[in-house]
Amino acid sequence: MKETLIPVVGVVTDIRIDTPDVKTFRVVTPEGKKPFEHMPGQCAMVSIPGVGEAMFSITSSPTNREFMEFSIKKCGCLTEWLHVMEVGQQVTVRGPYGNAFPVETELKGKNLLFVAGGIGLAPLRSVINYCRHYRENYGTIDIVYGSRSKDDLVDYQEIIDEWMTTEGVNVHLTIDREQEGWDGHVGFVPNYVKELNPDLSKTVLVCGPPIMIKFTLAGLKELGFTEEQVYTTMELRMKCGVGKCGRCNIGNRYVCKDGPVFRYDKLGELPDEY
Amino acid sequence: MVKVSPIDLFPAIAKTQKLYVPDGSQCSGMELHKPFKEWKADKNAPCEKVRTPKDFFFPQTENLMAFKREGKTIEVIDTREEKEDFVIFGVRACDVRSFAILDKVFLADPVDTYYKNRREHATVISWACSPEWMRETCFCQTFGIDCADPEGDVAAWFDGSFFYLEAKTEKGEMLLDRIKDVLIACDEEPVWDLKTAIYTAKKELPLAGLTTDGFTPEKMMEYFNSEKWGELSEACLGCGSCTFVCPTCQCYDIRDFDTGHGIKRFRCWDSCMYSDFTKMAHGNPRVSQLERFRQRFMHKLVYFPANNEGEFGCVGCGRCLSKCPISMNIVKVMKALKEGDNR
Amino acid sequence: MQEIMKKKALTLLADGTVTRVLGWKRGDFVYDITPAVFETAEEVETAFVYNAFCGSNLSKYLVKESRKEGKTLVFLKPCDSYSLAQLLKEHRVNREKVYVVGIECYGKADVEKIRDKKGASIIRSVREENGMLSVRGLVDADASIPLYEVLLEKCESCKSKKHPIYDELLGDEGEVVEDCNRFDLVARLEAMTPDERYEFWRGELSRCIRCNACRNVCPACTCEKCIFDNDVSGVAQKAAADSFEENMFHIIRAFHVVGRCTDCGECSRVCPQHIPLHLLNRKFIKDINELYGEYQAGADPDTRPPLVNYTLSDAEPSIVHTRGGKDNG
Repeated sequence: MKETLIPVVGVVTDIRIDTPDVKTFRVVTPEGKKPFEHMPGQCAMVSIPGVGEAMFSITSSPTNREFMEFSIKKCGCLTEWLHVMEVGQQVTVRGPYGNAFPVETELKGKNLLFVAGGIGLAPLRSVINYCRHYRENYGTIDIVYGSRSKDDLVDYQEIIDEWMTTEGVNVHLTIDREQEGWDGHVGFVPNYVKELNPDLSKTVLVCGPPIMIKFTLAGLKELGFTEEQVYTTMELRMKCGVGKCGRCNIGNRYVCKDGPVFRYDKLGELPDEY
Repeated sequence: MVKVSPIDLFPAIAKTQKLYVPDGSQCSGMELHKPFKEWKADKNAPCEKVRTPKDFFFPQTENLMAFKREGKTIEVIDTREEKEDFVIFGVRACDVRSFAILDKVFLADPVDTYYKNRREHATVISWACSPEWMRETCFCQTFGIDCADPEGDVAAWFDGSFFYLEAKTEKGEMLLDRIKDVLIACDEEPVWDLKTAIYTAKKELPLAGLTTDGFTPEKMMEYFNSEKWGELSEACLGCGSCTFVCPTCQCYDIRDFDTGHGIKRFRCWDSCMYSDFTKMAHGNPRVSQLERFRQRFMHKLVYFPANNEGEFGCVGCGRCLSKCPISMNIVKVMKALKEGDNR
Repeated sequence: MQEIMKKKALTLLADGTVTRVLGWKRGDFVYDITPAVFETAEEVETAFVYNAFCGSNLSKYLVKESRKEGKTLVFLKPCDSYSLAQLLKEHRVNREKVYVVGIECYGKADVEKIRDKKGASIIRSVREENGMLSVRGLVDADASIPLYEVLLEKCESCKSKKHPIYDELLGDEGEVVEDCNRFDLVARLEAMTPDERYEFWRGELSRCIRCNACRNVCPACTCEKCIFDNDVSGVAQKAAADSFEENMFHIIRAFHVVGRCTDCGECSRVCPQHIPLHLLNRKFIKDINELYGEYQAGADPDTRPPLVNYTLSDAEPSIVHTRGGKDNG
């Protein structure tokens, strides 16, 4: 009988240095296959046995059939360990866990606005690339992405080479402070969103630091967006990934099982404890 | 209805399966149930409720799997073993209900195979409460539990000389069939008398009037934002005694242990009362004891029933009432929140 | 006593000497008493309680309360004020923010012992008068039980009825109890062979459920971050991955409070598994007495504890070999 807590072995076949504290790891099974299928927004438990196990969003698109990618920011014991890994190192993975962005239902045919800050791009990258792959199923795609500096923009090369060159996809990059060699927008993400004044037909997908999400949401409301138009993805401490270990709940909902993707009006019905 | 003398009953069961019986000789908190050796009326009755029988299915610590790490490679070793059939005798009505509550967590999709393995191999014989075992801290009736007629695979009543047995499930019928040689057919009258005595005593309990009225999913935000939590949680030590003596608390942690020749990944009980329970590298959504305290009771009284057709995460066993170092407990929380309702 | 204490609390609240009162709050039964902070006269009037079941030690709460605006009135039993004196020595409590009212104490009752004594499973009410408890059960006749027969374990060998620290006393000033015999059980454990002793502690500690009640109630355990909660410490496992670990938790903890433990007995009172944890601490206290001279942590707020005070007559580390128990181990 399959036990969801028992992981499979994954081999790290590529490590991309995104920013000073973010690396993107490519993982396949020892047989060279993708460990399992997933939908955009879903997560997986990645572990180094003896060090720890934690939940990370799968940043690669489900349309990628060869491998799975995780963009991981160095911020604790396990992630520090992951950051010193070399290609060929094995890890364990289990999943996929949680719901996904409703790319096949509510988002279909919609004009989409992605708003991301820092490492918050990781879960949205999966959706963005999924929507680019099935371009005909979606309306216009706008991406507002900001970070502290140019060096802190995750997936920068892919954004420049692939996203910006896709028809109907508009990318709006911003960094917090002026920087030499940067002639793009400067300023915080929530303000940039307001400046861009997106039309109200759009469905918004937000992910980033809590403070960014808070001000972005307030800005969107000012512009006339309703909470039903906004989706976000949450992160809380998890151990099991299947709604049993009891620690990632917001009210009666478990982020690992009922989330991580929540529509804002639904989140508003839950206690403010995240 | 059948009856059987304890002299015959226990050896008959023990002959076919591993049998665990209440061990009152260690009233000071040893595991309540121990492997059967010989029947002693004064030693084998449940006494002070400390250790819960949830250990049988959800032990304090259990190894989940093992790993071997060599250079860059990792080997995952499935250490699961098929368990043997066993019988737990003398589980009280409140604790029997706790199994049903744990089932709702561990047997829900995706099934926890460790739990399921133990659960499927167990036959539970409950034991109707006796007035002598009742404490002022008992409030099982609040959750619709009938301690005079407990659930379980087989229910048992004891009149001092005979156990009266009634199979309640197929598994229970199979067990009784296996020991049918020692069973004597009888009428139900002696059990009625026992039940009457239990009902009479139960009516007099100080918490007999406690109800769950008002604890509905619609009250989630109101109760969550109640101003009562500050006062209720102010003395809380943030220890896990309420959680670990609770038959329905099932939060767990998963940790790795390097044995020196391999890594064991084990699961152990965890408590939402602990400060690091929800702590992440970049912050903690439950910053003070107030939030942690609130989580425990909101989970039992509102969140769990909201997800489980109104079933509460409490069986009224009263353990937390007698074991909390500062005597704060679910009854006080229920009363305080309801008091807030009436204002 | 309760009424005198209430009056004291109301007076000091009313005249502005204190802004809050740290005391005990009544529960649903006679014995389920909760430490509480009272800020208004009304709260004191309706909920304040002091009876035979106020065994809990309020001193540790002062670490938090003494950081608040204004003074906190605290009622301390003699053993509780030893804890406060020790906390003051460790600079964990701000003395200026605390108004200590010492209360006399003749020991506190253990409800489970009352249950056993009376032979009643349900306790309706308990009234204390002149060292006697009149206990009412559910159906059976009332019983009169002397308090000294049903004392909490920690009160059975009370070391002192004298308050090492107070601003005001209610009741009589007590004396240090010279013949409290609190080391009798330790001596009995010392007399065992190492194997017997090992068996004894394995048996006791195997019941541990790692609820941390002993640590969290302990007035000597006021670290901002406990080593057992620190993931990188290597000892932070919550439950035993192997049985060795559950032993080490208690032994490390006992080592950490050596010379600071006042023997308030709260660890054993709160243990849901009835593990006699205080015996570990008492063993250390006894050793300190024997190796470094008589010392009682918390007996005063000033003297240097022996383990942080070097004297020429201190025991040499080699003492470990001669006292180790096993001759060639």
